[in-house]
Parts: sequence; C-alpha cells; structure tokens
Amino acid sequence: MVLATAPTTSPRAAFTHLRCKECGAEYEPKATHVCELCFGPLEVAYDYAAIRERVSRDSIRQGPHSIWRYKDFLPVTTATPIDLGTGLTPLIRAERLGRRLGLKNLYLKNDAVNMPTLSFKDRVVSVALTRAQELGFTTVGCASTGNLANSTAAIAAHAGLECCVFIPADLEAGKVLGTLIYRPTVMAVKGNYDQVNRLCSEVANTHGWGFVNINLRPYYSEGSKTLGYEVVEQLGWRLPDHIVAPLASGSLFTKIHKGFREFVEVGLVEDRPVRCSGAQAQGCSPIAQAFAEHRDFVTPVKPNTIAKSIAIGNPADGVYALDQARKTGGSIDMATDAEIVAGIQLLAETEGIFTETAGGTTIAVLQKLAAAGRIDPEEVTVAYITGNGLKTQEAVQGYVGEPFTIEPQLDSFARALERSHTLERLEWQTIPV
Amino acid sequence: MAVKVLIPTPLQKLTQERAEVECQAGSIDELLESLDAAAPGIKNRVCDDSGQIRRFVNFYVNSEDIRFLEGTATPLKDGDVVSIIPAIAGG
Repeated sequence: MVLATAPTTSPRAAFTHLRCKECGAEYEPKATHVCELCFGPLEVAYDYAAIRERVSRDSIRQGPHSIWRYKDFLPVTTATPIDLGTGLTPLIRAERLGRRLGLKNLYLKNDAVNMPTLSFKDRVVSVALTRAQELGFTTVGCASTGNLANSTAAIAAHAGLECCVFIPADLEAGKVLGTLIYRPTVMAVKGNYDQVNRLCSEVANTHGWGFVNINLRPYYSEGSKTLGYEVVEQLGWRLPDHIVAPLASGSLFTKIHKGFREFVEVGLVEDRPVRCSGAQAQGCSPIAQAFAEHRDFVTPVKPNTIAKSIAIGNPADGVYALDQARKTGGSIDMATDAEIVAGIQLLAETEGIFTETAGGTTIAVLQKLAAAGRIDPEEVTVAYITGNGLKTQEAVQGYVGEPFTIEPQLDSFARALERSHTLERLEWQTIPV
Repeated sequence: MAVKVLIPTPLQKLTQERAEVECQAGSIDELLESLDAAAPGIKNRVCDDSGQIRRFVNFYVNSEDIRFLEGTATPLKDGDVVSIIPAIAGG
C-alpha cells in the first residue's frame, strides 16, 4: 500500500494522503494507522496552498455553528458530514479562578458541555465516523476509558451505524449507562485500559470493523485540532500564550498545537509562541515522569487513579507530547487523587463548571504551575476542560456535603440556615482566602 | 517450545496474509530469529538497526507487555500466545 508517488488531491477535499510521522512514507487515505515500514503513526497530510486559497476568517464565520466550519482542515470529502452540533463550546474568561491562582488572563475552554455527549470526544468521533462512512464501514467500535464509548455509541446511533465498544469493566456507572442507552454492544473487559486497547487492536486485525482510535485513528485524532481553531477564533483571531491540557495518550495535546500551526500556515492568525503544558494524574503519569527525569522515552506504567478517563499507562503519543512540551517551553506535571478532587471543587466553586476527573487534574496542575511561577500572570492562558462531572459522580461523593433536610415550616428553615452559617464560619477558618 | 504468534496487519504480507503463525522458541529473542526464518524480513521490520524492538512496536506474552516481564529475555513455554501490536492505538 506504500505509494510510489503521492496521490492526487480530490477536487473537494484538501487532504491528500497519509504520511508516516517517523519515516515520511506515504499511503493512500484508507483505514490504516501505522507505517508498514517502521510502525510509526500515520498522519493526514493536506494541501495547505489549496486551503489558503479557499478559506478566510469570513468564510469560517459564515460556516455551520459546529466543528464543520473548519471542514477544509478536516479529513473528510462529503458535503454532509455527521453534525450533531459538535464543537463551538464556550471559551470563558475565568476571572474568579484567575484571581485565586494569581492569573490575570485565564480562559477555560469548556468541552464539559460539548454535544452530544458532554466531552471533547464528540469532536474526534464526528470526524472518525464521517470518514468511516466514506470508507464503507457499517460497523464501528472503539477502545474507551468511558467518554469515547459514550460518544461513539451516540454518534453511531445517529448515523445508523452498528457499534461495538470496549471499556474496562470498572468504569464509573454514569459512563457505562451513558453508553448502554444508545444500544451498542458493550464489552466490559476485565482489565485496565491498556489491556482493552491491546484486545481491540487484535479484534481490528481480524474483524474488518472501523475502530475510531485504531485503524481510523489518523482521521479521528484530527478532530482534536478544532479545539485549537476554536480558541483562536474565540480569542478574536489570536493565539494564546499558554495552554494547559490533560494528557492521556497525548493525542489531544499534540493536535491542539497542530491546529494552531495550521492556522498560522494558511495566514488566518499571526504567529506567536504558544507554550504547551500537560496534566497527568500521579497514579498514571508515565509522560510526567519522563518529563521530570529528562528522558526522551516513555516507560509504561500500570494505572491506579480515580482519573480513569486519562488512565492510559502506555500512551501512544507520549513521546510527541513530551517533545512538544519541551520545545514550546511548557511543563508537564501531575496531581494526586486528593488534588484532583480539590481541583474539581475549585473549578465548580469559582466558575460554575462541574468537570470530571480529567478536568480536575488540569485545574490542579494549572494551580501548581501558577504557584511555581511556570505561568506568567499576564499570559493569555487557556485551560482545556474536556469532560463533564455528572459522569464521574463517584469521584466527589463524600466531599461535597449533604443538603439540609428540613420540614416545610419557617422555623425549621431558620434553624437550618443558622446551622449553615455556623458551618460556613468553620470552613472559612480552614480555607486560605 | 511451540507458541502461537498473532501477526498485525502491517506484517501480514510477510506471512502470506496469515494473522496467526506457530513458532518454536524459548524466549522472545529466539522467537524473533525463528519468525524471521519462517517469514524472511520480519525481524528487520519489528527491530531497528541495532536489533532493538522499535519504539512503536509492543510485544505481549499471554496479554502481558514484555516490558513488565523480562523484555526480550522473557521466557516462553508451550502454548504461550505472543501478540505483536503496533504501539500507536487508543487514546
């Protein structure tokens, strides 16, 4: 399948072929994800001159209110991609959280309210399943830590595709139910995510299905670039100075950066350095450990953390994430489970956003980096909140208090209110202001 | 030792499109040699010029990553299943 010459550009789409990120070998844009020669990852290549000719800030503004306003930068050919209103989630100026952390220009990209399943995964799945249909697949699947299972099952249902998803058997109840409701086949594997992933690679090898994050991975991962595009557009067509994002496989992190670089390449935004910092949970921190030890390779670990959505012990894009953090002058740090819970609470209390454990990890690491002076207070900093807290209620159960149960009478209310003030005063004594 | 080896799609041209082959080997090191005898060229594809397994290839023995075992010295016994999996997947 290695090409002697690069294939010609399709008249409608600007993506041309797949290229090995390691050795540069080129392939036809089929359902394949690794180089036959060196096993390096395949990435979608584009004709940027063609994109530059047809795309402007105005043409993007006039596009759909979804990720598909950036269709020229995405690897699909159809005029009618699967569109459930995915993307264009709020970019929020976080003044109260910023004050707490000493950051004057802090923004939150809130994919906790992405559509249809409340995580950034809807972006990658919308692209992957659109491409899956173009390639003729009728059954799709994924190896998931939960959010991806929700998204694949939902968007497959909308598109009328058969769906079989694989998850670790110990996932949070909300993520399992939030998958089952769409009636896919769900395989709950007795093992961790890395074992699920290996099994899916073996299944993909023999079943002829389109696995979004295996044989469709080159297309799927491109969907995360829209998290870069949107932030540029929502900041008024400027690049941020610093981003902080969670690291699981490392793919999201590298694709946000690719999105920034592409907008510069086609002249949509002025170039400026963007520092990229990553967040991992201490109980699954192979990339953060490699960063701290100045290694250029990532040693796999066995995950043990409440942050299940980012618990990948053997991260596919770990080395690229490491490289990107170092080259851009960013950092990679980790948070303990207790710090992750505190991060979830801090974000909720200061900004009114209830995120899941991955978002708690990001906020906890943001806090650490700010305290350590790794983020300049003046920098335009964007923290990516990638998932919704209602899906991982187990993580904060027991930390959020109880409601005051009262009788439907004024005096019962008055007594409870008095008690709540007392509790508040006690809390003020323990929380640094 | 007779072991079963699961061959990933990118290597199946070397195994006449077979997704599974039988091999005789007492360790992963020996397996690489015996696989190469059965499917010439396969070792060069999974190992780099210095003979180390490439960084984007993972080997599993009975579902366990050999990096959690003894690496390429990991011993094999009759009936073991060795899976060769591209590292780039998931996430």
